[in-house]
Amino acid sequence: MLSIAENDLGTPASESDLLVTLDIDGRSIRVPAGTSILRAAALAGSTIPKLCATQMLDAFGSCRLCLVEIEGRKGYPASCTTPVADGMKVKTQTPRLGTLRRNIMELYISDHPLDCLTCPTNGHCELQDMAGAVGLREVRYGYTGANHLDARKDESNPYFTFDPAKCIVCSRCVRACDEIQGTFALTIQGRGFDSKVSVGQNESFLDSECVSCGACVQACPTATLSEKSLIELGQPERSIVTTCAYCGVGCSFRAEMKGEELVRMVPHQDGHANHGHSCVKGRFALGYATHKDRITTPLLRKRISDPWQPVSWDTAIAHVAAEFKRIQTSYGQHAVGGITSSRCSNEETYLVQKLVRAALGTNNVDTCARVCHSPTGYGLKQTLGESAGTQDFDSVRQADVVLVIGANPTDGHPVFASQLKQRLREGAKLIVIDPRRIDLVRTPHIQAQHHLQLRPGTNVAVLNALAHVIVTEDLVDTAFVEARCEAPAFTKWRAFIAQQQNSPEALERETGVPAGQVRAAARLYATGGNAAIYYGLGVTEHAQGSTAVMAIANLAMATGNLGRAGVGVNPLRGQNNVQGSCDMGSFPHEFPGYRHVSDQAVRESFEQAWGVALHDEPGLRIPNMFEAALDGSFKGLYIQGEDIAQSDPNTQHVTAALSAMECVVVQDLFLTESAKFAHVFLPGSSFLEKDGTFTNAERRISRVRRVMAPKAGYADWEITQRVAQAMGYPMNYRDPAQIMDEIAALTPTFSGVSYARLEELGSIQWPCNAEHPDGTPTMHVDAFVRGKGKFMLTAYVPTDEKVNARFPLLLTTGRILSQYNVGAQTRRTPNVVWHSEDVLELHPHDAEVRGISDGDWVGVESRAGDTVLRARISDRMQPGVVYTTFHFPESGANVVTTENSDWATNCPEYKVTAIQATRVSQPSDWQRRHQAFTEQQLELLGPARTTRP
Amino acid sequence: MSSASLKPAAIPLQDPGPTPREHAAVAAAITACRDLPGALLPLLHAVQDALGYVPSASLPMIAHALNLSRAEVHGVLSFYHHFRTSPPGRHVLKLCRAESCQAMGSVALEALAKQRLGIDYHATSASGGTTLEPVYCLGNCALSPALLVDDELMGRVTPQRLLALLDALESGS
Repeated sequence: MLSIAENDLGTPASESDLLVTLDIDGRSIRVPAGTSILRAAALAGSTIPKLCATQMLDAFGSCRLCLVEIEGRKGYPASCTTPVADGMKVKTQTPRLGTLRRNIMELYISDHPLDCLTCPTNGHCELQDMAGAVGLREVRYGYTGANHLDARKDESNPYFTFDPAKCIVCSRCVRACDEIQGTFALTIQGRGFDSKVSVGQNESFLDSECVSCGACVQACPTATLSEKSLIELGQPERSIVTTCAYCGVGCSFRAEMKGEELVRMVPHQDGHANHGHSCVKGRFALGYATHKDRITTPLLRKRISDPWQPVSWDTAIAHVAAEFKRIQTSYGQHAVGGITSSRCSNEETYLVQKLVRAALGTNNVDTCARVCHSPTGYGLKQTLGESAGTQDFDSVRQADVVLVIGANPTDGHPVFASQLKQRLREGAKLIVIDPRRIDLVRTPHIQAQHHLQLRPGTNVAVLNALAHVIVTEDLVDTAFVEARCEAPAFTKWRAFIAQQQNSPEALERETGVPAGQVRAAARLYATGGNAAIYYGLGVTEHAQGSTAVMAIANLAMATGNLGRAGVGVNPLRGQNNVQGSCDMGSFPHEFPGYRHVSDQAVRESFEQAWGVALHDEPGLRIPNMFEAALDGSFKGLYIQGEDIAQSDPNTQHVTAALSAMECVVVQDLFLTESAKFAHVFLPGSSFLEKDGTFTNAERRISRVRRVMAPKAGYADWEITQRVAQAMGYPMNYRDPAQIMDEIAALTPTFSGVSYARLEELGSIQWPCNAEHPDGTPTMHVDAFVRGKGKFMLTAYVPTDEKVNARFPLLLTTGRILSQYNVGAQTRRTPNVVWHSEDVLELHPHDAEVRGISDGDWVGVESRAGDTVLRARISDRMQPGVVYTTFHFPESGANVVTTENSDWATNCPEYKVTAIQATRVSQPSDWQRRHQAFTEQQLELLGPARTTRP
Repeated sequence: MSSASLKPAAIPLQDPGPTPREHAAVAAAITACRDLPGALLPLLHAVQDALGYVPSASLPMIAHALNLSRAEVHGVLSFYHHFRTSPPGRHVLKLCRAESCQAMGSVALEALAKQRLGIDYHATSASGGTTLEPVYCLGNCALSPALLVDDELMGRVTPQRLLALLDALESGS
């Protein structure tokens, strides 16, 4: 069922600049050439009946309902597949057309269950609407002939049902799966009267390749494919546009509501990041927001071994303020700090760093971006001058060569992956650099031209080898480099990169990638037209994460692939607001807008606005906070929406640090791993419960809108404000719009941003200021933000994390489509049917020599710790490399990862851990201790989980 | 065999897959056809020519080789009545039902064949000797009514000739 709020024009918009004038039902209209008559008529106000057409999909011409008459042409062409022509005269309603349409509807209805009154889409069914539109009054064939009414319903998918008895075989679902999602899981089986929609080889949705994106459900004109929530709750009555709180794609959705109840999420067709598409998480995995595990009452305890006491908000806030004051008095001003969340809004993040800097008087504020994209911020700032990706997502439509390195978009950024796959099916070339054979390497209708299957930890070597080929084979875009980049730095870099030690041949043994492949990939990247690089945490989460980011920027500058659509350097941000949380001054050394705390002019502007003196020295980073806690100088921590005890490396080190603190305040939805070590729990609000903005990977600021009241009474920004007030610092914002006004006033890249402008434009890509009043889709167009681009030297230094006889395998970690990061949300949804535990993927050879079979328990031991996971044997892996995800706390993936980190930013080296894998029969010691601790903590939570004071 | 992201990559354990004989035939057809333009139809023909049918269990292999989804291969395979997914009888008899043959008595031939074999269309006689299929025009209209037995075309079919043919097919000669 289409959105209740969107009008469908039948076929996609034409992108032609050429305009064509035609006459439809006596009205003259000008539309772009290539527009269908169906769409032109809808724009002219003539609604032509249709069933198989929707503007989400290319015209198909199968239902024959949209027939029209065209003066001077024979017959009755389908208006969806007939493009407009200059001077054309079209009639959309004539007695003859009326008869034809009724005859067609009669056939459809003769094989349809007439249960409209009890049907979930009653009132929003296109078949029902069309029967009305064509004036169907009788079905001469009766209803007793051959039919499909006994077809079996498929309810295997947890979120939607497939009822083929209601199907009209319009192929919209099949086409949505092919054209939009690119999974090709559906087909029409058989022919003639026997044709029916088949999932895979006539199997259930759950058994098939279906990725549950829901595009088919949205496209279905009848109730054949319907959300289970729609069936259960009935039709929504209002729709509110908001932004998804999962990954960094930042999809725009319509939350379709019935009172305070969310009936369903429908991706917004005008959403600039997603254009009406979504993934299984954003569309369906929302059950966590109303899950029984939500804690909705503030809780206090003295020691982490004490039971939690439910208290009032006043008591909880006063306690936090008193404790932080006591700690600062006893241990010094810098004994406290805060961690902002990439899951929270810009406004909330801004307030937390303001609370820490202004109310607590320290720069000890950091964010979870520390452990993901901090090298992006550093590396791109050094080379290009701005800590952000250079393009919008739509840029990929103009790319000719796409290089994906250290990213797995079909799992991590699925909606962007669908857009990327559309472009690849149109013929763009693909280079994948990844230790694993990710889906993109080979998936229906997509085949990477080159897959450089490198050893984990050798990104910089491979990137240098690519640059070496470009420099030594004279593939540098000299005109671009001379005009746009610093000459001395380039000369130095060219001499460095041309050294024999950076050649693909010299590095082959280190990287494991055949030199010939590297050379071919380099030539393709440099000479294949518009070349765009997309990268993820497989680049940043390394000892040389920042170096690799700079090497990527070097490649783009050397080949002139910056400053226009279709090219660029594109970090795929992991979380919904990781870009925003960085922009908002979450790092200990930077104010909002990436300006160093030692910059006096900047500091004075904040001092004046905030009315307090501010420190000019950077504060502690997250790992430094842990060190300081363990040496006794850091005692109080305010954590908003972040679960460091699960997500940060070397879990046992993190929990030891948390245990050494005197006041850990966790503001979250659930009793997270970190909350089990907390003294104060402040119940937070989900993205459905508050107003604000998120900034996605393309620097796009989009509105988050409250669709239901906060379950615990307050939105997160209000809680932070109350803590500040209790600390004696005045914060009196009426609403998040006022916070955004302050951000805009203090941050030059945001000066043109306001809620009013967001309302007007839908979303805004920063920088947005006097120079770019409508925002900036593509950065560095005429000049780099830093003036001239700067080539940086990127010597490859092998990581200290090396394999040896004791730890002979390399472990790398990542995510899977159905689960999201620490899983606190997705584990509390039916998404667990696809992934109910983290597994260790290993190559058949590595399994065989260890006597490990698929499904066996495997002990995974590193220098940091050990855990036990179930084995999954997979030829995606290369020999010597194993892989796991970190969605379940009991998996202990981060018990195994080490504290090695990026030299520049301390971003942890999650992607390389030397391990040994052995077949075992029981959980690890850590897992047993973790389970006992979890049971104890749930006991201590006791009735508090559901009690209100 | 699924490449879908929702399922972690694994070597499927429970799916028995094609038999060794089927596997060999499908692998040979893949090698012969995979680089042809529009390779799917020639490939399906090659498999059916070799085995007499296209095993359902071989669809993942075919899909993977051509970089198509299983659903796409299934859609094409099920669209054409010519293709079958289980072994036919020792012989396949295709009776033409198109206009010219109908005008020349094919309706009676149909009834005769069904009665003699004791089956309807798309089925195989109890002896395993004959699979009966309808076909729409063999291009042999000048010699209507026509039929195709295995690869051999027969024109001017009379009830007598058909009965003799059926006897031969059923007796295994």
